[in-house]
Amino acid sequence: MKTTRILIAGFGGQGILFAGKFLAYKGLLEDLQVSWLPSYGPEMRGGTANCNVILSDDPVGSPIITDPDVLIVMNLPSLQKYVDAVVPGGQIYVDSTLISEKVAREDVEVYYIPATQMANDAGVPTLANMVMMGHVLKNNPELTFDGTEATVSKLVPPSKAQLVELNMKTLQAGRGYGA
Amino acid sequence: MAERVLMKGNEAIAEAAIRAGCRHYFGYPITPQTEIAAYMAKKMPKIGGVFLQAESEIASINMVYGAAAAGFRVMTSSSSPGISLKGEGLSYIAGSDVPAFVVNVQRGGPGLGGIQPSQSDYFQATKGGGHGDYRTIVLAPASVQEMASLTVKGFNLADKYLMTAMILADGTIGQMMEPITFEDVQAETYDKPWALTGTGMQRKHNVVNSLYLKPDELEKKNFERYERYRTVEENEVMYEEWMMEDAEVCVVAFGIASRVAKNAVAAARREGIKVGLIRPITLWPFPKEALSRAAEQVKAFLSVELNMGQMIEDIRLAIGCSRPVSLCNRTGGMIPDPEQVLASIRDMQKGVN
Repeated sequence: MKTTRILIAGFGGQGILFAGKFLAYKGLLEDLQVSWLPSYGPEMRGGTANCNVILSDDPVGSPIITDPDVLIVMNLPSLQKYVDAVVPGGQIYVDSTLISEKVAREDVEVYYIPATQMANDAGVPTLANMVMMGHVLKNNPELTFDGTEATVSKLVPPSKAQLVELNMKTLQAGRGYGA
Repeated sequence: MAERVLMKGNEAIAEAAIRAGCRHYFGYPITPQTEIAAYMAKKMPKIGGVFLQAESEIASINMVYGAAAAGFRVMTSSSSPGISLKGEGLSYIAGSDVPAFVVNVQRGGPGLGGIQPSQSDYFQATKGGGHGDYRTIVLAPASVQEMASLTVKGFNLADKYLMTAMILADGTIGQMMEPITFEDVQAETYDKPWALTGTGMQRKHNVVNSLYLKPDELEKKNFERYERYRTVEENEVMYEEWMMEDAEVCVVAFGIASRVAKNAVAAARREGIKVGLIRPITLWPFPKEALSRAAEQVKAFLSVELNMGQMIEDIRLAIGCSRPVSLCNRTGGMIPDPEQVLASIRDMQKGVN
């Protein structure tokens, strides 16, 4: 696939870095070039967290993303901070349970997903991040849904194998949303 | 093909060190390199190695000194302020001619500074750090793969030349994950007849020491040591040249700055600007010949650094100030974006036309 720069942002504790790892491992298993760069330091402790993931056929240059192709936001401050950075023609994914504001730009594709509500309904409130990821996969067919379970299995430690099923359930829910 | 695994840069250093035969790690936690200690704490007890969190950085470097004197492959890791604390021990290790491997995952300075990525310890790493006449081999990885391969290289070089080899990385490369393989990891082993292993009543005592009270003896030791350093300079320089064939402007950058610079060089090429990149992989020995060769071809140099301009001095020395050298920099934990570097390249291009 062509170089895709993905920025995921939200509060610490929402699984922002985990969602990024999911995409990075997905790329790894699809033999893509991959970089994953987390924010680190005090801002992660209850403040904002963000994560830069680059997937490409070619070697990745700078792992730092200033103008993302895909923006995934799970709180309002993150949307406000990054909305103008997205390249024209890019994609923005908004957790509409937590963000009621609409994106004013008309030169980007915007997807509103009530991810936190859907995760709560599924009984796994901590997996709203994976609902978002499911919808990202739906709209980026070059990241095939095949092999998703293998990706999740790589991320979940063997001692918590029961989480694979829950992750798959929320991914499927996100993928199916709006269908 | 060997399996690709996703790892953080810091973890890649720790795993590569173990594969290089390191069984002794002494350290003290500090952001942004703590994953190295965490990885060692988990792995070392399972493979018969030693992980020890010392009471301080000063204690940990002296434990490195002791284990190195006993002939073991040993390492410590820290970040900028912690490396300053290790300075005395590094000088003693140099004065005793024992091999050590040290990692500095830099953060913003001076003082306690910040915890975001920086390259402001270039002077400290390449010009000494501790007191006295000595050198340190300084390796500057620009990817997670190089975090692993240069770690193994560092252990090999330290043993080969009986000196400290240091990885000079930064918070970004320490924290980021990329796929890597360990197939190019080749640990070499060296005889250490000088090591303090016990005489077994079979040989004379070995002595590891850095105290020479007779100035003529100390001078002789220093001359011998610099003879050895000369062979390092002749044999161990590493660098990458990129798009230099027809370049009129040469960007020089290492580590994470070189990744940003590559994006900018690629963008400038799309605008028709003839620009290339030289990326020093060894900061000492510095790739002087590559730069002086480039000076015969290009009209100007641009040093991209995450500090107030430190490597730029070595560039000017390497080319004998024969071409203008400009600086494109951020500091304090900030990283230039490719646009800023591209703007500097455009300015350079205007200057040379």
